[in-house]
Amino acid sequence: MKVGVVVFPGSNCEFDVMEGVSAAGGSAELLWHGDSSLGDVDAIVLPGGFAHGDYLRPGAIARFSPIMGEVSEFARGGGPVLGICNGFQVLTEAGLLPGALQKNAGLKFLCRTVDVRVDSTKSVLTSGASVGQVLRLPINHFEGNYTCDPRTLDELRAQDRVVLRYADNPNGATDDIAGICSPQGNVVGLMPHPERASDELLGSTDGLVLLRAFLSVPVGPLT
Amino acid sequence: MAQFPVLVEVTLRPGIADPQGATIERALPALGFEGVEGVRVGKAIRFIVEAPDADTARSRVDDLCQKFLTNPVIEDAKVTIE
Repeated sequence: MKVGVVVFPGSNCEFDVMEGVSAAGGSAELLWHGDSSLGDVDAIVLPGGFAHGDYLRPGAIARFSPIMGEVSEFARGGGPVLGICNGFQVLTEAGLLPGALQKNAGLKFLCRTVDVRVDSTKSVLTSGASVGQVLRLPINHFEGNYTCDPRTLDELRAQDRVVLRYADNPNGATDDIAGICSPQGNVVGLMPHPERASDELLGSTDGLVLLRAFLSVPVGPLT
Repeated sequence: MAQFPVLVEVTLRPGIADPQGATIERALPALGFEGVEGVRVGKAIRFIVEAPDADTARSRVDDLCQKFLTNPVIEDAKVTIE
């Protein structure tokens, strides 16, 4: 499987994602946000960073990048799309995932490794893990406090779409949410960085179980 | 076409945590400012919009706020056509 990693002006995790994908046994190429085609990639990752300087709001300007029309169409057709950190923020701003990421409770930028529990395996990112499995993953964000209206939260829970929860909530996120997926499970957003937990040298290889699952999604539209 | 100066005030919706406002509020007593509460921090955005009349200008700005200047999940906008 070939993964396309979208680079926005201000992205800074694109090479980490390329390394992580490679460590998980896949191949990846960079796509530019100004492109109007996804080329021949089988999956999309929106990496972390500060797209367009996070001006206005994180993800607010990135969602209007030319490539985002193609990404939306790819996602709506069932293609696997993963948004990590700033990528998650872009997905919510683009309306591909519900809710929003607000500033961390406590007004601190958080940069540390945390325990994250897998609570649903029905997404392209978590299908290789087991429910209840705890993963050590780095977080690195200021706006990671997931929020949504009560109706959306009920829907996410009822449809088993909260894929990851913090074991010890670091940022005030509603219902300890660290990651969610679309109704079909093909679009996933999460604040932790699985690509930075893909080698022993980085202190954890727990991200590999997620990246390998993402890479093993059958190519082509979901049925 | 007339030109209308616009002021959009973006604030966090009620119930959405405002850690920046809370931090400012906590700092005030130390600076000798007692009796200040309900601090909320937002953004002010000014621009000029072209439209045939003020009503059209307002509806264009409302649309702009909904689609871009605010995230309706967490933010409200107050529009003033000046």
